[in-house]
Amino acid sequence: MSWTRKLLRVNLNTASITEEPLNMEWANDYLGQRGLATRYLVDEIDPACDALGPDNKFIMVTGPLTGTSASTGGRYSCVTKSPLTGTVACSNSGGHFGAELKFAGWDMIIFEGKSASPMYLNIENEVATLLPADDLWGKSVWEADKMIRQKHQDPQIRIACIGRSAEEGNLYGAVVNDLHRAAGRSGVGTVMASKNLKAVVVRGTQGLGGLADPKRFMESVKAGKQVLADNPVTGQGLPTYGTQVLMNVINEVGALPTRNMRETKFEGAAEVSGEAMHEPRKSDGKPNLTTNGACFSCTIACGRISTIDRTHFSVKDKPEYWINSGGLEYEAAWALGPDTGVDDIDALTYVNFLCNEDGMDPISFGSTVAAAMELFEEGVITTQHTGGVELKFGSAEALCQVAEMTAKGEGFGKDLGLGSKRLCEKYGRPELSMTVKGQEFPAYDPRGIQGMGLAYATANRGACHLRGYTVASEILGIPEKTDPLESTGKAGLVKAFQDATAAVDSAGLCVFTTFAWTMDDIAPQVDAACEGDWSTDRMMEVGERIWNLEKDFNQRAGITGADDTLPPRLLKEGANVGPAQGKVSELDRMLPEYYQLRGYSADGAMTAETRNKFGLPG
Amino acid sequence: MQKSLHIDPGKCTGCNQCETACAIENEGMVNPARSRIKVFNFHDEGRFVPYTCTQCDEAWCMHACPVDAIVLNPSNGSKDVLDDVCVGCKVCTIACPFGTINYNTSTGKVVKCDLCGGDPACAEACPTQAITYVDANATGLDKMRAWAAKTDNAAGA
Repeated sequence: MSWTRKLLRVNLNTASITEEPLNMEWANDYLGQRGLATRYLVDEIDPACDALGPDNKFIMVTGPLTGTSASTGGRYSCVTKSPLTGTVACSNSGGHFGAELKFAGWDMIIFEGKSASPMYLNIENEVATLLPADDLWGKSVWEADKMIRQKHQDPQIRIACIGRSAEEGNLYGAVVNDLHRAAGRSGVGTVMASKNLKAVVVRGTQGLGGLADPKRFMESVKAGKQVLADNPVTGQGLPTYGTQVLMNVINEVGALPTRNMRETKFEGAAEVSGEAMHEPRKSDGKPNLTTNGACFSCTIACGRISTIDRTHFSVKDKPEYWINSGGLEYEAAWALGPDTGVDDIDALTYVNFLCNEDGMDPISFGSTVAAAMELFEEGVITTQHTGGVELKFGSAEALCQVAEMTAKGEGFGKDLGLGSKRLCEKYGRPELSMTVKGQEFPAYDPRGIQGMGLAYATANRGACHLRGYTVASEILGIPEKTDPLESTGKAGLVKAFQDATAAVDSAGLCVFTTFAWTMDDIAPQVDAACEGDWSTDRMMEVGERIWNLEKDFNQRAGITGADDTLPPRLLKEGANVGPAQGKVSELDRMLPEYYQLRGYSADGAMTAETRNKFGLPG
Repeated sequence: MQKSLHIDPGKCTGCNQCETACAIENEGMVNPARSRIKVFNFHDEGRFVPYTCTQCDEAWCMHACPVDAIVLNPSNGSKDVLDDVCVGCKVCTIACPFGTINYNTSTGKVVKCDLCGGDPACAEACPTQAITYVDANATGLDKMRAWAAKTDNAAGA
């Protein structure tokens, strides 16, 4: 067993906390983390419920390898119905919070109902208590973290917390743990806020015993670590440059969406790249990047620990930001930079700090700002709306100003907190929203990387790179190179990535391991840790089952094949430069084959046959 | 050749593999709370620092122990706690200037690093060589090499 086999159920209506045995039948079918929590969610909520109403539930969940020494075995997810997309939401985070929850003896926490007043959950091993959080409400994640530490006087606690943006109803509020790791996407923090739940504090000293075969586990872990160390991406590229290793690479292939995805190459990419983070700056001779940092158990250590230039306009009068904290990762750097046309790395780092400080998804925030900038350029949004901010593409000052507003939910920040889809609808230009199912795109243009168009259109949580990262194959040649401009064959590729990723997430591992690991490296670790036989084939089957369970949830929430589409810009306007020049996303060519491979109907609906094949709940 | 643990905080990423490895080796379970080595994260400074017993020659803990429960292991220089002799008085925890010997409430004994009998699990697990097990007479060799590399021989020419 690598599950603790226990979950905490916290009813916020009645402030009652109960312990339950984990449903091991479901663990056998859905492994843990993403898959297992979705199974609980499907069982316990009406998928059509109001995501911000008391009937939605909010689950924090670990996987069987969370808290083990398997490399990257520290991940947890927040699973709920998304207020941004109306789909199932599953946002994955690293840091140390997930492992600590496991060490306290819990696989999962299910929050239900809504508290009458702000509360936080404090867990010390088997003892869990709801405590008042009136004093923490209205405070940023960083302030609340300090106050909680002051109160508990235990330096070893781990804290997951929401910020002011989520409290103010920002629809892409994140749950931030360990100050700068985040369950970032789909507004999971906003759901937490809707329940009047400010934070979850954990201290676990019980550890994790009872691995199925400890000796074999340690051997497979050691072998896995060696594979990561020997691989050029996980052993060199990611530790040195972080995910930001991609900025120049993706720009070179003409797939770096620029200025609200109007263009596919950014002239300022080098200025905000992973390489630039190593360059000494003029003011103090120090680089943006101080060091790389790891999440629990991770031997890759792609995390960026950065500072902002103290003489930069954004922080010159704000010494509280003269610290080291979580620096730019690729998706955030892209959304805040190329997509808004801003090439000022200090401005981007500052806004990234703000996103962590007040729990906002930087991808959704940056993309929403990009849409607002296009609306501003078109004269639809004016300084009347923005409170005087000249919201022009390329303006670092404007980006910083609106970030401050949005973090606190003030002024025009309220509009930006709606996300790109609702913002563009509000201002009468829905076609300018670069979203799928209401979630903003990440940093790969589907005109230049064709597989990603299908991955975005079909991802169960809306546009997302972490549901089927075919960039690995199409650009990096992992596990084998496919032509990024070719749509033929991508349906199978996308499906394979989607299924594998669902299994990796559900184990409690980081998907970045799959730059080096195949399922043949992962399955032996799961197999040695967990009871039962966890072969590569079974992992893939579990992954596919999880995918279909999520799809089924969405279908019951009213989402159909018609929602599996892309904005007209990507389907009709050709890429302006680069190898994909003139090319659009060939989604219509890929989708029918994909539905067929998935066992869905021609219009993209889950079928009774597929539901039965995977034993999904009826 | 006697070896000693050598820590280079500049290489540490804060992954806690060392803590986990220590707990597995010495407690038979993944439990960083029971690790004899600890990684400290100085967040605002952007530094991670692993810290554990340095096996002092004239060990404060060993000299303070009223029942001689802490003894020198001549094979690797570690100062080891004899569980069947330790009475849990905690005087050693007061005597140690570095805080690296601690009381375990569940066993009633003190615990400290014993270099895993000469094959420290933390060094083995560390992915970045921030923790190494090297010749005790030359723990500064890597630093010397790094500074030597910076020597500008051409300066005088």
